[in-house]
Amino acid sequence: MSQTSDYAIEVRGLKKQLGGKEVLRGVDLSICRGETMVIIGQSGCGKSVLLKHIVGLHYPDDGEVFIDGKPLNGVSSAERLALLSEFGMLFQGAALFDSLTIAENVVFRHIQSRRYSQKEMDRIVDEKLEMVGLSGVAHLKPAELSGGMQKRVGLARAIAADPKFILYDEPTTGLDPIMADQINDLILHMKDMLNVTSIAVTHDMVSAYKISDRISMLYQGEVIETDTPERIQRSKNPYVRQFIRGEAYGPITTVRPFGRTAPSGTKGGKHETPQ
Amino acid sequence: MIRFVGAKTLDFVTQLGEIALLLMETVRNIFRRPFPRRNFFEQIVKIGWNSIPVTFFTAISTGAILALQTGYAMMSNVKGTEHFVGGVVALSVTRELGPILCAIMIAGRAGSGITAEIGTMKVTEQIDALVTLSANPVHYLIVPRVLAGVIVLPLLTLFTDLVAILGGMLVAFLEMGLNEAQYIETTLRMLTISDINNGLIKSVVFGLLITLIASFEGFRTKGGAEGVGKSTTRSVVMICMSILFFDYVLTSLLTTNF
Ligand SMILES: Nc1ncnc2c1ncn2[C@@H]1O[C@H](COP(=O)(O)OP(=O)(O)O)[C@@H](O)[C@H]1O
Ligand SMILES: [Mg+2]
Repeated sequence: MSQTSDYAIEVRGLKKQLGGKEVLRGVDLSICRGETMVIIGQSGCGKSVLLKHIVGLHYPDDGEVFIDGKPLNGVSSAERLALLSEFGMLFQGAALFDSLTIAENVVFRHIQSRRYSQKEMDRIVDEKLEMVGLSGVAHLKPAELSGGMQKRVGLARAIAADPKFILYDEPTTGLDPIMADQINDLILHMKDMLNVTSIAVTHDMVSAYKISDRISMLYQGEVIETDTPERIQRSKNPYVRQFIRGEAYGPITTVRPFGRTAPSGTKGGKHETPQ
Repeated sequence: MIRFVGAKTLDFVTQLGEIALLLMETVRNIFRRPFPRRNFFEQIVKIGWNSIPVTFFTAISTGAILALQTGYAMMSNVKGTEHFVGGVVALSVTRELGPILCAIMIAGRAGSGITAEIGTMKVTEQIDALVTLSANPVHYLIVPRVLAGVIVLPLLTLFTDLVAILGGMLVAFLEMGLNEAQYIETTLRMLTISDINNGLIKSVVFGLLITLIASFEGFRTKGGAEGVGKSTTRSVVMICMSILFFDYVLTSLLTTNF
């Protein structure tokens, strides 16, 4: 078992049923220290559910998550909390606390721990908000910000306590292309400067190629391919090819508008077992 | 039909079990430091202070109507017993109507608010965010609400008792022209401290039921804005039914002691 600790995060044989549906059917994923892994896949394929298993918000039906080689589930709750306190997570919808100000959101963890002076916390708020390109919003409530700004506050909150691991759930969705690229730069910066290990879920292939060391594709509850961005771009797997090119016709079944069938040359509407 | 009733009953029993577990979890978290002070004071204001107008209105009209109804009933049936209206109003209010009406009003006002707020936090992943920021949702959200409810409800009930008795007096003196001294005399003679106490004991239990069930329904919320609406409705219904049920249980327990 010594090889487990070579990975910062390792997911093995993860299975999960939710609402009577098998969302994850045995996911295997290993993320090295300091690596940024991007997970791609269609909406509703279980990417968020996978992230939530890694930060301990879901308990697996089967399989295990290892953090620095230590199992996350089946340990005492104190050990579990200690492992999870190293994580920062950006939620898909930002999930800011709407009864608190932006500043209180960013340093939520610090306020709760009661170990920081107001001055220290003000400094952290300014620093982290500046990192995500925001200023002059510290005293506002989340409802007063646009969706994109909320997302950046969510990011500031995720990195506020200098975590070892950061999980980003669709960090650039809902942002304009310029802001999206700033977030990409920020994710790269976090990796280079602070050597964090990250997992990012996205459908934004531009962002995926820019920030990732490796890309994994999730399809029907399993990881069907994991490789470097260059090799993913040249992938022979038809599912991967269809997804990264954003084509409506291909082996991935989608609802066909007006009952149209796939143009000749591509196979449509059939499930094949990916190699 | 039988299967339907059976399934519903089973559902209900499972829910009771889950609520009991949540109560144990809450009690355990009350003693955890640091105490969520700020949320606690916020809830005292939300559940207590902000409910004073609606409680006042309910109490004063209940007292007035009660005096009017019993007063005219007595006048037309047994002449010369009108001044007992004071005692009747005082007893009905402190023993029964004060605690229950106050609790039902707070269930509608604060109970629905708690479920809607926690439910919204649930469907927008704020509860998940709490957990990833090392906060315990029970400690951070439920403890302050339950403590505030248990403290505030007896105070509001006491306030309701007072205002309702006042409302009764206003009607008795101004509208029916009863003798003030006799009215107050019967009020004081018939009313005992144990009546008030029993009412307050009930209100502590009601405060717990309102905040605990409201929080429970909030945490169970699923499925967006529609889900929040559903669980808010279910929460108020559940709270009111359990208040009525426990009112009966507590009344029979508390009165057999005497
Ligand atoms: N708490 C839940 N209860 C029931 N079903 C869920 C729950 N969370 C997610 N699901 C279902 O699991 C599937 C994957 O969801 P999700 O991980 O959010 O997808 P995505 O890949 O778009 O992030 C969806 O079909 C969703 O309906
Ligand atoms: Mg998602």
